[in-house]
Amino acid sequence: MKGIILSRKIKNKLNATWMTIWTVFIFFIPLLLTAGLILKSSILLKDHSFFNLVTSSIWKPLSGEFGFLPFIISSLLVTVLALLIAGPVCLLSAIHLTQYANRYILQIMQPVIDILAGLPSVIYGVWGIIIIVPFISEKIAPLFGIQTSGYTIISGALVLSVMIIPFILNILLDIFNAIPKELQEASLSLGASQWYTIKFVLIKKAFPGVVSAMGLGLSRAFGETIAVLMVVGNVASIPKGIFQPGYPLPALIANNYGEMLSIPLYDSALMLAALFLLILVIAFNLISRLLIIRYEKRFA
Amino acid sequence: METLSVSKKVIPITNYQIPKKIQIENLNLKIGKKHILKDISVSVPKNKITVILGPSGCGKTTLLKSMNRLTDMYPDMEVTGKICIDDEDILHSGTDVTNIRKRMGLLSQRPYPLPMSIYKNIAYGLKISGRRKKRFLEKRIRHYLIQASLWDEVKDRLREPASSLSIGQQQRLCLARGLAVDPDIILADEPTSALDPISSQEIEKKFLELKNGYTIVMVTHVLRQAARIADYVIFMYLGEVIEQGPAYEFFNNPKTEITRAYLRGSIN
Amino acid sequence: MKRGSLNKYYLRKISLKAEEIFFRATMLFSSCIIIFILLLIIYSILQKGLPSLSIDMLTQTPKGGFYFGKEGGILNAIIGSIYLSLGATSLAFIIGLPVALFMNIWLSHKKKLVNSFRFILDLLWGIPSIVYGAFGFTVMIYFGIKASLIGGIVVVSLFILPIMIRAIDEGLKSSSVGLIEASYSLGSTKTETAFKVMMKQCLPCIITAVLLSFGRSIGDAASVLFTTGFTDHIPTSLTQPTATLPLSIFFQLSSPIPEVKSRAYAAALVLTVIILIISLSSRLFTIKYKKNRINF
Repeated sequence: MKGIILSRKIKNKLNATWMTIWTVFIFFIPLLLTAGLILKSSILLKDHSFFNLVTSSIWKPLSGEFGFLPFIISSLLVTVLALLIAGPVCLLSAIHLTQYANRYILQIMQPVIDILAGLPSVIYGVWGIIIIVPFISEKIAPLFGIQTSGYTIISGALVLSVMIIPFILNILLDIFNAIPKELQEASLSLGASQWYTIKFVLIKKAFPGVVSAMGLGLSRAFGETIAVLMVVGNVASIPKGIFQPGYPLPALIANNYGEMLSIPLYDSALMLAALFLLILVIAFNLISRLLIIRYEKRFA
Repeated sequence: METLSVSKKVIPITNYQIPKKIQIENLNLKIGKKHILKDISVSVPKNKITVILGPSGCGKTTLLKSMNRLTDMYPDMEVTGKICIDDEDILHSGTDVTNIRKRMGLLSQRPYPLPMSIYKNIAYGLKISGRRKKRFLEKRIRHYLIQASLWDEVKDRLREPASSLSIGQQQRLCLARGLAVDPDIILADEPTSALDPISSQEIEKKFLELKNGYTIVMVTHVLRQAARIADYVIFMYLGEVIEQGPAYEFFNNPKTEITRAYLRGSIN
Repeated sequence: MKRGSLNKYYLRKISLKAEEIFFRATMLFSSCIIIFILLLIIYSILQKGLPSLSIDMLTQTPKGGFYFGKEGGILNAIIGSIYLSLGATSLAFIIGLPVALFMNIWLSHKKKLVNSFRFILDLLWGIPSIVYGAFGFTVMIYFGIKASLIGGIVVVSLFILPIMIRAIDEGLKSSSVGLIEASYSLGSTKTETAFKVMMKQCLPCIITAVLLSFGRSIGDAASVLFTTGFTDHIPTSLTQPTATLPLSIFFQLSSPIPEVKSRAYAAALVLTVIILIISLSSRLFTIKYKKNRINF
């Protein structure tokens, strides 16, 4: 009997130990990632100034010139455009679903959002090539008198906006559902109409949450690789308009990494691009999530 | 039983002589198959404090909110019957629902100040009614804050967010906010349940002062509170009205066995 | 009120009403457009994929090289993806389940620590998969490992680990402290409480977490791009490079040869169907789960 109890206790102790080890290991993943990327990109930073790398637009890796500006601008253009398209759609739909929609629409929308969130990036890319690219080159660009193949910044932004819709919408739904019903009841009982309540109370209350949802959406969009890569054109020069091809940072890494390892500087440059991505995404995430937490504390 | 004696009311108020403010007939409310309110018929006397009593989960709050048509917010709720206020059936009348609600101030279990400044919380209702002149607003806001005995505490910080107030102050702010739309009825849903004893007392005192100008309907499950301030009691149990009548009679001469059991404290 | 201000009041009321009608219409439109986009995606995948789908497509590997050969199918990618996702999901499960249990049982009284851990996991979830892929590949080169199934499994499992832990954690979080205490009071150790009581209580949510992670790992392209490589053959050991469905779509779609492209469309259809099945079955699970769950 004593032996059984003892072995149970030992088992318990052992389990606790290796679980602690795993947990600590997970704590270290982001640090490891950052440290590794810094180590790798330091080779390039040794004889190129960071400022020059970020402001130069000449990308000639074989002759040792690494200007990241075209990629940074493409990335920013694509993500900001995507957010401008997806943001209002998500906000409107979230208010609709939490305030006005009847049960039937909710029952349809829940699996729709689930499936959209689950579809792989590459499927969105295929859809982009089948639908968006011809749509841009045949319908939209001619409206502005522009001839294009359709593989453009705007195509990337459109595909990306569809991809982040389920992501942002899910967060917004949580935020609007978390607002107590009694607050709305208070406003309604003062004689406000439902719309007045939404406009002056609900949106005001949800505002910090909405901002963070958009921030999270932006950071999600920023790191998206394959789908954008498939429709955005991938030309390494600064895009002069939204109907021009672009070359975002993730696409740069995906397209070139693995083949160029024989050139240490090139390898290092791509790692620097990955480091950019990592830092920007973590920074955006951090700010948005801290905002949400602070907001929840204030209104809890 | 000492705490339950209704000392102030020496003369028992008889139901039939008092003009009625709210009259509910055969009100039924269902959510899907759940029958929340079963065939409710009650009347609320004018300028008195009517207390809806009952164990939790018996439909008190739902009854209160249906008077205000806040039940509209939940599309699943199916409401049938008649709710008349001053002889106007608010469930079926063509009047704008916002005008109906404006006639009733609402206090909920916890204070829910609107996410804006103290000043704007009270101006909110006034602005909806189309009052936008600054001088008028300031005068009214002062008036209602004094009426809710909050003025002295907040007069120097009107522009601060309402959430910076203590919870007791917030509840009084909600009262002032409700009074500002000039209602003739105050609906209160356990307004003191989240408050400390002193703040609760203040709210109760306020109600006793206000009942001359307003018809007050208050939900509570605290027997002593009901005994302290009620003029008229509606007792509910499991979605039905078991007994209603003047407080004096309710507490001293309950008619049904369930009421007696509740007053003894064996139902809760 | 004066007459003028009364007019203004009604004017304002009418304009608010008009505003509401306008916004309600745009809101409904927004929701509808989201549904429409999903239908459009599924329609376009079906329209291109169905004609390309055949028995040969599903049962043969590409003949004559995946990029040029006109014959053969996508069996290499289907099998490869299943190997990879099964491996990565199991690995993430083996690490993730104990960690989630650890957070909710051993650390259940250190709320601050657990919450900051959740915060870090959420941050990890936000890191783009291309970063995991590139970093993983660098490490693999450092240790002299070539693109292989095992490399892919490790990198993908790291990438889905935060998702796995957080999904299980959400389920554990919602089950009550009372249950843990009841188990302790019967004399169970923490380990027994964790693996016998909590796991049973949260089994449906654990299954949902596994399905979710499986879906993520089978669909992600950027993390396997360098780490598993691509090949025409079905791998026979962990050290061989492996084809995956996302990459099979990505590479073959860029080919000018229509037969090769049709392989990409077929792969897209297969992948979509897999994701749909996962999505719907996890939905069924959560619905059933809510019905049968005992609430404390």
